[in-house]
Amino acid sequence: MNELDHTPLLEVDHLEVQFFTRRGTVQAVRGVSFTIEPGETLGVVGESGSGKSVMAQTLLGLTELPGRITGGDVRWKGESLVHDASSALARVRGNQIAMVFQDPMTSLNPVFSVGQQITEVLRRHLGMSRKQAKARAVELLDTVGIANPSTRVDQYPHEMSGGMRQRVLIAMALACEPELLVADEPTTALDVTIQAQILELIADIQQRLGLAVMLITHDLGVVAGLCDRVAVMYSGKLVELATADDLYANPAHPYSAGLLRSTPRLDVAMPRLVSIDGAPPDLVAPPIGCPFAARCSLATEECLAEMPGLHTMEDGRKVACWRPYEAGMPQEVVDGTH
Amino acid sequence: MEPTESSNAALLSPGIEPPVVDAPLLEVDHLSIRFPVSGGTFWGGQKRFVHAVDDVSFSIQKGTTFGLVGESGSGKTTTGRAVLRRITPTEGTIRFGGRDITQVTGKDLRELRRHMQLVFQDPYSSLNPRMSVLELVAEPLIVHGLAKNAADARERVVDLLDRCGLPTDAADRYPHAFSGGQRQRVGIARALALRPDFIVADEPVSALDVSVRAQVVNLLQDLQQELGLTYLFIAHDLSVVRHISHRIGILYAGRLIELADTDDVYETPLHPYTEALLSSVPIPDPPLQRARRRIVLTGEVPNPVDPPPGCRFQSRCPIVEDRCRVETPLLEEKAPGHLVACHLR
Amino acid sequence: MTAPDEYTASHVEEEHALEAEHSIEGRPYELSAVRRGGLFGDLVRDKLGLASLVFLVVLLVVAALAPWIAPFKPNQGNLTSSGLPPVWHGGTWTHPVGTDWQGYDVLSRLIYGARTSLIIGLVVVLLAGTFGVVVGLIAGYKGGRADSWIMGWVDVQVSFPGLLMAMLLVALVGGSVTSVSLILAVNGWMVYARMTRGVVLTMKERPFVEAAEILGSTPKRVIFKHILPNLFTPLATLGVLEFARIILAEAALSFLGLGIQYPGVSWGLDIARAGDHELFGNQWLIVYPGLLLTITVLAVNLLSSWLRVALDPLEREKRFAATTSSGHTGAGL
Repeated sequence: MNELDHTPLLEVDHLEVQFFTRRGTVQAVRGVSFTIEPGETLGVVGESGSGKSVMAQTLLGLTELPGRITGGDVRWKGESLVHDASSALARVRGNQIAMVFQDPMTSLNPVFSVGQQITEVLRRHLGMSRKQAKARAVELLDTVGIANPSTRVDQYPHEMSGGMRQRVLIAMALACEPELLVADEPTTALDVTIQAQILELIADIQQRLGLAVMLITHDLGVVAGLCDRVAVMYSGKLVELATADDLYANPAHPYSAGLLRSTPRLDVAMPRLVSIDGAPPDLVAPPIGCPFAARCSLATEECLAEMPGLHTMEDGRKVACWRPYEAGMPQEVVDGTH
Repeated sequence: MEPTESSNAALLSPGIEPPVVDAPLLEVDHLSIRFPVSGGTFWGGQKRFVHAVDDVSFSIQKGTTFGLVGESGSGKTTTGRAVLRRITPTEGTIRFGGRDITQVTGKDLRELRRHMQLVFQDPYSSLNPRMSVLELVAEPLIVHGLAKNAADARERVVDLLDRCGLPTDAADRYPHAFSGGQRQRVGIARALALRPDFIVADEPVSALDVSVRAQVVNLLQDLQQELGLTYLFIAHDLSVVRHISHRIGILYAGRLIELADTDDVYETPLHPYTEALLSSVPIPDPPLQRARRRIVLTGEVPNPVDPPPGCRFQSRCPIVEDRCRVETPLLEEKAPGHLVACHLR
Repeated sequence: MTAPDEYTASHVEEEHALEAEHSIEGRPYELSAVRRGGLFGDLVRDKLGLASLVFLVVLLVVAALAPWIAPFKPNQGNLTSSGLPPVWHGGTWTHPVGTDWQGYDVLSRLIYGARTSLIIGLVVVLLAGTFGVVVGLIAGYKGGRADSWIMGWVDVQVSFPGLLMAMLLVALVGGSVTSVSLILAVNGWMVYARMTRGVVLTMKERPFVEAAEILGSTPKRVIFKHILPNLFTPLATLGVLEFARIILAEAALSFLGLGIQYPGVSWGLDIARAGDHELFGNQWLIVYPGLLLTITVLAVNLLSSWLRVALDPLEREKRFAATTSSGHTGAGL
């Protein structure tokens, strides 16, 4: 596919976000680039300090002091959401791009009924009348699988369980029929049986409405069932971008490999769990070379000295590593704890 | 290293026979915990109760790990706190080292705390940010009069930190200087300071990064080998629990619905809830995950306030029958060492 | 950039206690809560806060040294030098701010008035604060019955009409620094109790407090070692605000004749007496005590506002980032 010819739905272009704190400047996102096409599901995977949530916040202009976007761009259908963006954001936010957050408890206003919160979105962006909006709200609650939607629509958030609140948030997100749904750890705070329900719901909606989904999580299991492509982030950088099948079968970046290996599997009984030694580098003074070099058993002088760029491989995936594909098989890399 | 036998003996009042060596270290018998909920009209009215834990029984052998698994509202945290005697049970008994500790309070309770400790879920808020690592790990020793102050305890503290895989210069630094995994190690070192026999680990790795969880789980396993510790491992993450537990109990809405050796639970689950739970856990393998037959439960966990008669799982069970709505199933042995609370299995 | 460098360099010897939010990813940066030493660095940057502090320190020194600094005694004067205007309206330097109708020197009365205000302010804050904190600690930590009874008592006292009590007390005992301090203290401890109780209740829920209890700590140790240190910040902010309120309250009471009585000195009293005698005549007798009162209370409030920001790590980070960096935040700000 010739990427230069057409405008992707969402394009993140060498995005840089820094937090200016008194302790020093935290480089939370360091030059991240990727695209999302209409209708596709992208999983963004990373642990603490990876910068994935910070990156997601920039999409909707949610970056708050002491954080600032210091470089790069985010473009929605070609239009920048970062530079001179207040009118673009007002139009796009909640309308064409919708976001669902981790904690349904704090994302809903406790003094308004669930219906009121959904109708607010509808009336603001689509100019519906109160009656029309309420009817649509009931429809939406039904779409997200809430039983008795006409009764539930007048209930308050505290009358609902965590799973149901998350569904309400998804309903709010879908209200204006967005083209991209960004879900930031949508199931982390939920029980595993409820998580399964919500993930099925997202998959179902995605198929029916054809929207693109960006699923941000630390859980590799969640991504496996839902996403077409996966982006792995580490220490503010994108280290691997591949299709889900490719990534899980044969991870190219040593960090992806390590992460997969430390994810315990329900169907495999291991005598001893494996981890990645050490901890992510301090983002105030990130190392010059590859951020993973200090923990990587394949690291060489080159890795420590120079940051690998994101290169496109033969099989179409992108990796930022001087020695890709070498981490997958050798047993020597499985060097867990002592 | 104190042998655990003598510390068990220390719990007993004189005149009682020391326990048989292979009696369990912890025995929980028909434990029930109910909290009153203010209900009714302004002038009083009917008292309603939250049935947090309902008729739960299990035992833990010395030197083993018991995994207590459940989702929110299952009562697992409450059970853990009851075992530690932070909460007084409404009904039932708890025996530790052969001694009934159900009603222990005051000085006896403080004495008991030398033998059982807790590792918290959240490494960030379970360590006082104003205290150095030395002070944090020395605190239990100071509180029980085993050291005069933090400086006095330094040698012992450094030894503990080393055992838990922390650098020796960690003692004089503050929690903020450490990552989540390292802070959790500090929490473990603190729990070990009094040389307890028994540790309740309340979701000790849930708040940690995936790549770091194994470090802490492996540490706990190693310590169990070295020091003969007994664990009650409370978790909701089935994948992690499998690797550390010898025996597993599954809680649903306050009741224990399945109790068996680890491999039995994962390979031949008997209760429909356990089956659904296992099938809901995503597996990091896209082709497998897509092809899996998943039992996705509908509905929510029932209201714990004054629950209706019958099986707690009736509202969501895929194979529910009329009998389930009337008669509460009891935990019974359906296969060797494998207990289930279900009429139909 | 140089700004963070010079800032960090000047705080090399400090001890930092950092708090991070607990979640899987958490905040992408860490907050710094500084102990003592670094506070003044912040103060220097905040011009208003600094000005307020300087003013208050000067006032404090002047009030403390009143007997040696004031040119006259507050009730010293005679009718021959009454009604003199301030120097800038044509008066003499002997009485720079003029005299009142009894010949008393206004400047001296202003200085001694400062003494009254500051003493009462400090005494009340200390008395009411100590009592309120102790009561709040007991209510918060013990909980249950003790808590209900204590909070009930607080509610009852809060509903008492303070002004009526003041009138009663003055009628019984007479107005003086002691009686005014007592009334204001009795009326003012409840807010400390409520705040302390709130903090204790919050802290009790914190895992590290629970950890201390599970280790076997006695309640006394838990309170002193784990809970009280977290009381310092909100207590400081509250105390300073209360200080301002007490100064105003005393002035109001004295103005109404229910506080400091003649021959005592108080800004409020002076305003009242001047109002009685000279409403349309020599305004300086009303204006200057009033002005001083206003500026003092304003200074205290500005100081407390600076204190709030200085003691809240998140606010300081935001301020720091806003002034020392460039780039975009959300919505093109």
